[in-house]
Amino acid sequence: MEALAKIVAKATEVAVDPAAAKNEAAAASAGYAYGLAAIGPGIGIGYLVGKAVEAMARQPEAAGMVRTTMFLGIAFTEALALIGFVVFILLKFA
Amino acid sequence: MSAPANPLTTRLEGPAPEAQVTRHMLRRGVFAVPVLVAIAGFVWGSDGALGCLYGTALVFVNFALAAGLISLTARISLALMMGAVLFGYLLRLGIIFLAVILVRDAAWVSLPALGFTIITTHLGLLFWELRHVSATLAYPGLKPQPNPPRKTISDIRMRKRTSKGRES
Repeated sequence: MEALAKIVAKATEVAVDPAAAKNEAAAASAGYAYGLAAIGPGIGIGYLVGKAVEAMARQPEAAGMVRTTMFLGIAFTEALALIGFVVFILLKFA
Repeated sequence: MSAPANPLTTRLEGPAPEAQVTRHMLRRGVFAVPVLVAIAGFVWGSDGALGCLYGTALVFVNFALAAGLISLTARISLALMMGAVLFGYLLRLGIIFLAVILVRDAAWVSLPALGFTIITTHLGLLFWELRHVSATLAYPGLKPQPNPPRKTISDIRMRKRTSKGRES
């Protein structure tokens, strides 16, 4: 009985406030949302720019067109990270 | 067979199409701002309108910084441009993060409106710009605009004569 009382006392000690638990979960989710959303665009931009540089080095006469396409591609890829960032803002601060 | 091109030593000179595209987008964005502010103000009130203005400014700075980094480093080396784009991506995300952190507790900014504006302005301007971007070697940046017929001196004289004839 004594041991059981000790376990119950310990469990009561570590029991967390539901509001605090919710906040912690929201913070963790926000971190995951931002982090995961930034990985994909990071890989995408790296691949996109690498290929564009390769194309420009091979065909400098097409550099203008490749740069335009590359810039728009970067901006579109980055939009994915921005969406993740906005989700982070809303989960964490709003 | 020619030697493979070296991105470390290859650099691009001439006009910078990304700067031209960005200027065009910013000009369009300035016209879109009042509409966005009105929508945000209607939905979230005055905090929303201010948050919308703040978000639009962030997106404009983001685009301008991206284009500036590319056009500046492309004149030096292609490899440097690649590095600048990759680290510039982190830098720009960091700037947006800092900008949001600065105003997160401010009473005059509505965060949902800020988020809405960042996404809408960014994607909206890009999709709008896609209609005006040229995909040919002849015009690397924007599609050429149809020029209005130029007025020659003889046209102007002819117009003056006809207007005088009508008056008399």
